[in-house]
Amino acid sequence: MQNNIGAPKGLSLSDPRVRAWLFQILTIAFVVGLGWYLFHNTQTNLQHRGITSGFDFLERSAGFGIAQHLIPYTEQDSYARVFVIGLLNTLLVTFIGIILATLLGFIIGVARLSPNWMISKLATVYVETFRNIPPLLQILFWYFAVFLTLPGPRGSINLSDTFFISNRGLNMPGASMAEGFWPFVVALVLAIIAIVLMVRLANRRFEATGEPFHKFWVGLFLFFGIPALCVLLFGAPVHWEMPQLKGFNFVGGWVLIPELLALTLALTIYTAAFIAEIVRSGIRSVSYGQTEAARSLGLREGPTLRKVIIPQALRVIIPPLTSQYLNLAKNSSLAAGIGYPEMVSLFAGTVLNQTGQAIEVIAITMSVYLAISISISLLMNWYNKRIALIER
Amino acid sequence: MSTHVFKPDMPPPVKAVGVVAWMRANLFSSWLNTLLTLFAVYLVWLIVPPLLQWSIFDANWVGTTRADCTKDGACWVFIQQRFGQFMYGYYPSELRWRVDLTVWLAVIGAAPLFISRFPRKAIYGLGFLLLYPIIAYTLLHGGYLGLATVPTSQWGGLMLTLVIATVGIVGALPLGILLALGRRSNMPAVKVVCVTFIEFWRGVPLITVLFMSSVMLPLFLPEGMSFDKLLRAMIGVILFQSAYIAEVVRGGLQAIPKGQYEAAAAMGLGYWRSMCLVILPQALKLVIPGIVNTFIALFKDTSLVIIIGLFDLLNSVKQAAADPTWLGMATEGYVFAALVFWIFCFGMSRYSMHLERKLDTGHKR
Amino acid sequence: MKMLKSTLAVVTAATALGISGFAQAGATLDAVQKKGFVQCGVSDGLPGFSVPDAKGNIVGIDADVCRAVAAAVFGDAKKVKFSQLNAKERFTALQSGEVDVLSRNTTWTSSRDAGMGLVFAGVTYYDGIGFLVNKKLGVSSAKELDGATICIQAGTTTELNVSDYFRANGLKYTPITFDTSDESAKSLESGRCDVLTSDKSQLYAQRSKLAAPTDYVVLPETISKEPLGPVVRKGDEEWFSIVKWTLFAMLNAEEMGITSKNVEAEAKATKNPDVGRMLGADGEYGKDLKLPKDWVVQIVKQVGNYGEVFEKNLGKETPLQIDRGLNALWNNGGIQYAPPVR
Repeated sequence: MQNNIGAPKGLSLSDPRVRAWLFQILTIAFVVGLGWYLFHNTQTNLQHRGITSGFDFLERSAGFGIAQHLIPYTEQDSYARVFVIGLLNTLLVTFIGIILATLLGFIIGVARLSPNWMISKLATVYVETFRNIPPLLQILFWYFAVFLTLPGPRGSINLSDTFFISNRGLNMPGASMAEGFWPFVVALVLAIIAIVLMVRLANRRFEATGEPFHKFWVGLFLFFGIPALCVLLFGAPVHWEMPQLKGFNFVGGWVLIPELLALTLALTIYTAAFIAEIVRSGIRSVSYGQTEAARSLGLREGPTLRKVIIPQALRVIIPPLTSQYLNLAKNSSLAAGIGYPEMVSLFAGTVLNQTGQAIEVIAITMSVYLAISISISLLMNWYNKRIALIER
Repeated sequence: MSTHVFKPDMPPPVKAVGVVAWMRANLFSSWLNTLLTLFAVYLVWLIVPPLLQWSIFDANWVGTTRADCTKDGACWVFIQQRFGQFMYGYYPSELRWRVDLTVWLAVIGAAPLFISRFPRKAIYGLGFLLLYPIIAYTLLHGGYLGLATVPTSQWGGLMLTLVIATVGIVGALPLGILLALGRRSNMPAVKVVCVTFIEFWRGVPLITVLFMSSVMLPLFLPEGMSFDKLLRAMIGVILFQSAYIAEVVRGGLQAIPKGQYEAAAAMGLGYWRSMCLVILPQALKLVIPGIVNTFIALFKDTSLVIIIGLFDLLNSVKQAAADPTWLGMATEGYVFAALVFWIFCFGMSRYSMHLERKLDTGHKR
Repeated sequence: MKMLKSTLAVVTAATALGISGFAQAGATLDAVQKKGFVQCGVSDGLPGFSVPDAKGNIVGIDADVCRAVAAAVFGDAKKVKFSQLNAKERFTALQSGEVDVLSRNTTWTSSRDAGMGLVFAGVTYYDGIGFLVNKKLGVSSAKELDGATICIQAGTTTELNVSDYFRANGLKYTPITFDTSDESAKSLESGRCDVLTSDKSQLYAQRSKLAAPTDYVVLPETISKEPLGPVVRKGDEEWFSIVKWTLFAMLNAEEMGITSKNVEAEAKATKNPDVGRMLGADGEYGKDLKLPKDWVVQIVKQVGNYGEVFEKNLGKETPLQIDRGLNALWNNGGIQYAPPVR
């Protein structure tokens, strides 16, 4: 594209290419210089003050307890394991939050478009209220003003002796493996394979003959029928252990700690408000002509929505939805305010303080978040590309 | 000759107009709709009356101590008593007029910018933008013109929230624009540097950024060189926010038709002149709503400074709620803080929508 | 092109070197004297140790240690600025130079002394970890705490010591960690945890902040040694000595019966040679420390001796009502002992 006619010969500042080179060299020199300068300062400061550096600390044993760990943990385990526990706790909140927020967001988003005046106004109020209040405030509110004011374990809210809600969290029956466990897993896998085969067959038949098949109902039957048969033959897959009030607290069963509940609830409610807006604008971006066209082809309401509107709306919805998911992952770090042991409060908090190695710990923490962000956006980019409109 | 006189129109059937018709169309058009309406009414009935009862009818409005809160509802006395702390933090009470004056100056000074027919708005705006920070700093911090110095450690409450948010956005704008231009540059080195910078800050949570800028920044600097805690937090906020602004501005740059770039080049304008005179004025106008939205996000994010021990609105509320003489007032405190944040954010989001409609000059395709 | 590149590289390198060259300068004392105040890291609100009063002034024994350092260096106890730090940020703040001295009920341990680039200048308060429980639980010993939920402040030695204790005694517990002591206290009160654990002095302080302090009781066990004291950065012997000897001077003053009331009179007309040396009437002992001649006089006059400071902030007249116990002077049944000034 570069037009060289009349360009001065040799190197001259009036040649845009030379200027571009010069500018880029300056930029790189500046960045490298700045990086080196910061690195040098840090190095000098660390040496001068005799601060230990390096990643040896990850091998040392941690020596403190953790409220919630998804993998086995004892105090003698290393800081590296503490890191994994923090990471898993972050991922747990992110995962549950994404699922719940997506569900709630879609419901509210559709409700905002509802022809029912009451429903659409309620949805609007929801969105406008919760997206305009800082998430940290919502987390603190749910934790300090709601969950901690619940009665203690002895006065807990008892739901038919199986679920107990108290300020120690939600205690529920815990499952442990019984004799019928492995047959059950096999049956589940078989059921899924059967459903996939059935769907393929039905689709092939539909394309060949045009006869529809009740995929959903048959699938549902297969999904529940095969495992149920297995349970009848081999016995229950799991034992249920009921929580018992013993000593200070409930013993046995599973517990969702209030920190986790408050965090998940607040993040779900907050993020759902944004997702609702995204869903609404996505659906509205599909012009009404599409609906009319679908109807004139003889599609009923359900298939119109599933086969015409939603696939087109998703194209608009996916990119901003991705960034909401990313925000949720990053907002999970706000747990530091209520002491849920995730990455930032556990690793960048407790571990940093016990070891005093701020730079290493913060660097690890930041790279983990970067890795999460980059992998979510890569995944979504791939999906986005797959469903992108192929224009002719 | 008789002229034909039209008979007056028949009134529409009762079923098609009025409250009944409206309700039929919007609330009870089908059995599903009726069910939904009933469900919604039930929800409202479940939430609204207890809320009103707690916050208004059963609430305690007058008094000076906790003992004055005798009714079951909210104890707004707590908010009244601690209002000064929520607004100004530990800013000396006899000097609080300086904060008020700063706010009024901002309101009065910025008002002409919102009047559409004000002459020479650009020049006035630029002058205001350059002059106001100096005045505001002098007033708030003092130390000049015989004003007593108020160290930033005494700043707090809503005032601190506003200061951080405003400085954050004003500082992040120029940096963000440069980054956006850099990201769209066709010089690979510049582009790589900008993309890395933007993606880095967008990928990490603000809380780690604040922590880094608060306690680690001095490690990166030469020994003995250190600056104010608030300033360090602001640097963190600016760097973080500039990445988001850059993405918003990039959206604007992409929306400008290629013809504009080509036209500017055809006029013989160099890169900077074509950007400053042709592209950016159009692109920035397009992204003003986006920038306002970023500002709303930033405003909400300022609450995170709680983590590094600055006393913004939320932290002041938290601190006050821990006071043994006002124990159990956490709910009132959080509700108050939520209301303040909500008013600001909601107001700004309405403004941003209004701008979006007003500035829609048809570039969007 | 090539020449341009190499020139640029040289210029960049030179700039960087030039800037880092000036980075080496400045010990803490010089920096403190230049800026005109001591930057002191204190807790985020612990009654008796360091807590903001209604006007935002920090009061407490930890804060007074910093004031004493300022009195020694500047002859003015007001030349001090406080940074409130939570347990998590305290060491980084000191390492990074944000504060000159950290006086924040911090436990002296070998790893903190050796590996973190910090050094402890002495012990202001000998403490140990205890447990605060609600009387309703009917617990009278820490041994009965099997299965309890325990609130702990994040990033403290308490986290480690509690875990050791429970493991050693074969007990189980669930830790709930918070960033600030306020949050832990609130959680104890709401019943999120059965036990609040911390240094005993803090437990008394936190109990005084609860709505119904009498409903709570501190269990008799002390499960660890927690010597608390001021911390400075490693590698600056001069500043280290100043902080260390400020503390010693306060202890020596109490031992010799010098109080804020009589210090000026004693400085002029003492007959005790020990007192004369310390108060600058005889010799120039402040000079070795690069301090003015009357440094001890200023400390005692403006801040008080150790006993006065203790009584004012923690003693019988305060809501905390803590006994001197281990913190009495060595000749009075305690273990507070200071080397002599001579």
